[in-house]
Amino acid sequence: MWPTASAESAPGGRGGGAAAFARQTFAVAEMELRKLRRDPTELATRAVQPILWLVVFGEVMARARLIDTGGTSYLAFLVPGVLAQSVLFIAIFNGISVIWERDLGIIHKFLASPAPRTALVLGKALSGGARALVQAIVVLLLAVLLGVRLSWSPLHLSGAVALVLLGAMVFSSFSLSVACIVKTRERFMGVGQVLTMPLFFASNAIYPTSLMPGWLKVVSHLNPLTYQIDGLRALLLPVPAATVAHIGLASDYGVLAVTLLALVAVAAQLYPNIAR
Amino acid sequence: MPMPAPPAIALEQLVRRFGPVTAVDHVSLAIGRGVVCGLLGRNGAGKTTIVKILTTLLPPTSGSARVCGCDVLRSATEVRRLIGYVPQALSADAELTGYENLLVMAKLYDLPRGVRAQRIEEALALMGLEHAAHRLVHTYSGGMIRSLEIAQSTLHRPTVLFLDEPTVGLDPLARQTVWQHIARLKESQSCTILLTTHYMDEAEHLCDEVAILDQGRLVASGSPQALERSLGPSATLDEVFTHFTQGEAEVAGAYDETSRTRHVADRLG
Ligand SMILES: Nc1ncnc2c1ncn2[C@@H]1O[C@H](COP(=O)(O)OP(=O)(O)O)[C@@H](O)[C@H]1O
Ligand SMILES: [Mg+2]
Repeated sequence: MWPTASAESAPGGRGGGAAAFARQTFAVAEMELRKLRRDPTELATRAVQPILWLVVFGEVMARARLIDTGGTSYLAFLVPGVLAQSVLFIAIFNGISVIWERDLGIIHKFLASPAPRTALVLGKALSGGARALVQAIVVLLLAVLLGVRLSWSPLHLSGAVALVLLGAMVFSSFSLSVACIVKTRERFMGVGQVLTMPLFFASNAIYPTSLMPGWLKVVSHLNPLTYQIDGLRALLLPVPAATVAHIGLASDYGVLAVTLLALVAVAAQLYPNIAR
Repeated sequence: MPMPAPPAIALEQLVRRFGPVTAVDHVSLAIGRGVVCGLLGRNGAGKTTIVKILTTLLPPTSGSARVCGCDVLRSATEVRRLIGYVPQALSADAELTGYENLLVMAKLYDLPRGVRAQRIEEALALMGLEHAAHRLVHTYSGGMIRSLEIAQSTLHRPTVLFLDEPTVGLDPLARQTVWQHIARLKESQSCTILLTTHYMDEAEHLCDEVAILDQGRLVASGSPQALERSLGPSATLDEVFTHFTQGEAEVAGAYDETSRTRHVADRLG
């Protein structure tokens, strides 16, 4: 069926290299997206939470005028926060797919292939990012329906897309690491549930960090979500960035990118655990 | 004078422990090129553990394992390029089509685009799956899934192929189909196959050599015929197996393994 002689001298694949790495990464992401396309109900159910936050929580808090958002309406202030929150909720459960693949034998087969572990992890994270993007569109449409004015400049929008991707990939790779440690669905769901609310409340999602007590302010600046939201506010709200964001875009991107690199490296180290 | 090619598989004093359990206990074994070798043993004997070590998924506790001379720890990437692997559990993705399952493997092995299309087409034809290529795998029968998995694991033309319990949970007809696939791979004489099984008829039918494991220890190895002769003029492989392995009740961890095997069987329907 295939000649023995050449089997070893010319193994099936091409050599390694950056291009091969990219192809292998996209292969993993592509399959996840093909599945998502077949089952869009997931996207619909995920729209419920943002609706509650914006329509119920947002409208009431806006009326109460309890939170000083520096001249911007509270609802507008809340939109990037809710956007990042729904991205977080998707990404933090991204690791469940790898536990699923462990219970079948899929991940074993992937790990027995020459694809670098980093490519396998990054591919998964990227698919988390793509899911999050779809969710981001839903939240932005919702904001428009509620009459929130946003900045639609292509530059700002592409900047926001990059932030959504970065943030989602950060929490996806974190989630993959957790999955590789806990290995079972039950424990994973438990850990996910325990983590989401603290990450959300210890961020600038629904109130500015300037209102926080000192310790919480420190914690919120260790939270990647804060940087994602800070950047999204600067880019999406049609007001001077300094009135709604206080960290600065360069730091927002920088912190998220460095965190992503670190977490992907950790997840790639932990990944082989899942098949043991 | 050219060096003789190293054996396809070489285990030396291989040990793997899980806490107090010694799953693989000082196993040494060499399997030559082009041979179909059956790893036999009851549930919990250590078959899957050996396969996982050889496929680089699990590091040995001590001893060494090599594939075509490449050490599984030190040259893991080379080993991965040389091997194909069908895990014991169901490893085709039910939410993807058969074609997509093949495509993702072809891409992970980074086959060039032209080769990829051709190999996928060939594989589908060979496995009799052309008509089902664009159906989701969860509509497949157990036999179709195993065929697909074998196709996935041979797209990159591996030098050594590992099949962990390829026919567990399959109905007799599907088993026949899988046997045919394995026989065809064997005829092509292009790859060495290590398959694990606890069906003696399967070993008898497919394997040039067998290695019998009992509680992690290698208790016998050789051609089925030689092993049978060593026991008596009309001994069967079944008798050989019973002779060399201990009673079921003494096997630790059998419960775990049985429940896992049944689980696979359930899903294979
Ligand atoms: N990941 C693991 N953790 C703990 N024990 C394990 C693990 N994998 C296998 N074992 C134990 O090692 C022994 C051999 O298992 P295995 O190699 O799966 O046997 P087989 O494939 O021959 O049925 C069994 O006692 C099993 O319970
Ligand atoms: Mg097994």
